[in-house]
Amino acid sequence: MNKSLALVGNPNAGKTSLFNILTGTRQYVGNWPGVTVEKKEGLIKKLPEYVLVDLPGIYSLSAQSLEEQLAVTYLLKESPHTLINIVDASNLERNLYLSVQLLEMGLPSVICLNMMDIAKDRGLQIDIPALAKILGAVVVPMVARKANGHDKLIDLLREGVQNATLTVPYPTEVEAAIRDLDTLLASSPWNFRTSRRWLALMWLEGNETVEEILRHQLPAELIQQMEAVRAAYPAAIEHRIRNARYDFIEKIICEVTQQSQNPAGRTWSDRIDSLLLHPVLGIPIFLGFMYLIFQITFSWIGTSLSDQLDEWISGPLTDWLKAGLTAMSSPDWFTQLMTDGVLAGVGSVLVFLPQIGILFFCLSFLEDSGYMARAAVLMDRFMSMIGLNGKAFIPLILGFGCNVPAIMATRTLEDPKSRLITALISPFMSCSARLSVYSLFVAAFFKHGGAAVVFTLYVTGIVVAILTAFLLKKFVHAEEGTFLLEIPPYRAPMLKSLFLHTWDKAKGFVRKAGTIIFGMSVLIWFLGHFSWHGFAPIEHSWLAAIGGLIAPLFAPLGFATWQAGVSLVTGFLAKEVVVSTMSIVYGAGDDGKLGDLLHHTFTQPVALAFLFFVLLYTPCVSTVVMMWRETGSSKWTLISVGYSVAIAWVVAFVVYHISQLIF
Amino acid sequence: MRLSDCIPGKKAKVIDLMVNPTYKKRILDLGMLPGTEVQIVRKAPFGGPIVVQLRGYQVSIRMTEAKNIEIESVS
Repeated sequence: MNKSLALVGNPNAGKTSLFNILTGTRQYVGNWPGVTVEKKEGLIKKLPEYVLVDLPGIYSLSAQSLEEQLAVTYLLKESPHTLINIVDASNLERNLYLSVQLLEMGLPSVICLNMMDIAKDRGLQIDIPALAKILGAVVVPMVARKANGHDKLIDLLREGVQNATLTVPYPTEVEAAIRDLDTLLASSPWNFRTSRRWLALMWLEGNETVEEILRHQLPAELIQQMEAVRAAYPAAIEHRIRNARYDFIEKIICEVTQQSQNPAGRTWSDRIDSLLLHPVLGIPIFLGFMYLIFQITFSWIGTSLSDQLDEWISGPLTDWLKAGLTAMSSPDWFTQLMTDGVLAGVGSVLVFLPQIGILFFCLSFLEDSGYMARAAVLMDRFMSMIGLNGKAFIPLILGFGCNVPAIMATRTLEDPKSRLITALISPFMSCSARLSVYSLFVAAFFKHGGAAVVFTLYVTGIVVAILTAFLLKKFVHAEEGTFLLEIPPYRAPMLKSLFLHTWDKAKGFVRKAGTIIFGMSVLIWFLGHFSWHGFAPIEHSWLAAIGGLIAPLFAPLGFATWQAGVSLVTGFLAKEVVVSTMSIVYGAGDDGKLGDLLHHTFTQPVALAFLFFVLLYTPCVSTVVMMWRETGSSKWTLISVGYSVAIAWVVAFVVYHISQLIF
Repeated sequence: MRLSDCIPGKKAKVIDLMVNPTYKKRILDLGMLPGTEVQIVRKAPFGGPIVVQLRGYQVSIRMTEAKNIEIESVS
């Protein structure tokens, strides 16, 4: 068994950077036991006997959101071999609060003092040996973003780290209570790895996670005695403990730091904020950014790259494949299956890889730069109108990338009911898979103003999400939860981490093309070439029969063709499949482009109605499964599926009739 | 005086936090204790969240809570 190293720290302290540097590509993502929150683990090349676990960012050990509870529960239950506590040197005072709590646990601990460069730029000098002496732990200065200082950390870990021995002085009556509890705990049969003093403190503070574990481990009689100790002290004892900790930290700051410049001056981050968080301009700028992202993804870079890829796939690649198959003297039907089925299906989806990559790149940029927190502030007022918290806005934005991580990200919210509402409305955020359908239709029908059409689709998704939240508010009484959000200074995102993130998502997309879309392409090709009477032309195939069965449903929306029906059904597996299905059913193999073929059955109003339907109808099967797992409710999942089909139908109907008047 | 009444840029000291217990735990953990020096960095119009600077970093809180945080101004 590998020994575990837990990477702990405040949000925005640079945990991810350090994790990436230490593990490189030797990282893997699992799930925390019982829940779907991602658990990132990795191996360090130079320390083969260890496994590094990246914990969710926390400000203190008193956890409230689910992610925080996971981090704290992990520290307590799994009892990691060594704690690596990453501390933002430019925000030392608040970061040390968690460090002090962690050091009080008494586990082997190292402190990584990150962002030394920023601290230095702000004129902050830190006496590292003095800090290490007061804290009783090794302190490693580093600049994780620039891969600076982690070698020393690895050396230290290899040599082995001592148990932390920090003792914070508390007021006399707190100390008396700690002593009483310590005596009780010492008599317990349970063997603690953490210090008893720390357990006593957490008990007095009323730390729910620790309390739950103690109640589980200790005899009821002992718990009663411990409760009596706590009850004997005034209720505010938890606040006195917090006060004492911050007093201790203030003293440390006084002793080990020196501020050479006048810190009162406005930082450049503040200057940017006075524009981006401007009372009037803030929201228009935010919308502007969103529009800019669509322009980049869509008009400026993404589409031309996609076109080139498309030409290569439908040109040289198809020819090579055909030549290769002929050389191997493969039967005709197999050649057809490979070119008109697999290559047309998978290829038509793969061409959107550049656009999806660029979209994820832009979203990662917003997140890593610190702008996402500002977006939450800007939108809080608005979100509170629909009974949600500004923080719920971040999962929604992630939904533009993919709805699955969006639903997962609702775990950062404290109130379970806000989590439910946010999870239920996030599928209306138009994900990047739907983008492939938009790209196809916009290129075919809206040569001019394509970006505007797509933008309207995205906005419609948001509006429907809002209206749905309004509606849900009537049935689910959610508390807004606490809106308390750190506004980190802006940081230039690290190119390497942007690419790592984008690569990760692109890989997922390619994998989907290789598995689900490949399988569907083969299946659709067979369904499209056979009927009960054997080999049949596509109009008389099973596929046409299935499509024709549901097509009448879409007659009022203008697209009552079996081709559209089939693509919408298969689109439930993954929205990209809508495109690959169309590519196969319209026979867009080597001759002619799919976009041109669409003109036979679609007009501009019909295309618009179809796009709105694709935007809103039931998200893909992965999203539905994720929703079911996260909400833990089959009822809500089914409601969501039914509701989204209904709303998609209504909206597409309205769009079809209005746009007929316009075009 | 309440934090919500504070003018952006002026410094103040926290006197008392009259907020619900869960919120209080959290804001104390973030370092806003009685006696802590705070400064409003910016306010949003129509009662949106405010941005407060304390202990060298910035945090955004809602007006509803800011109205329940008692402060005194520091010259």
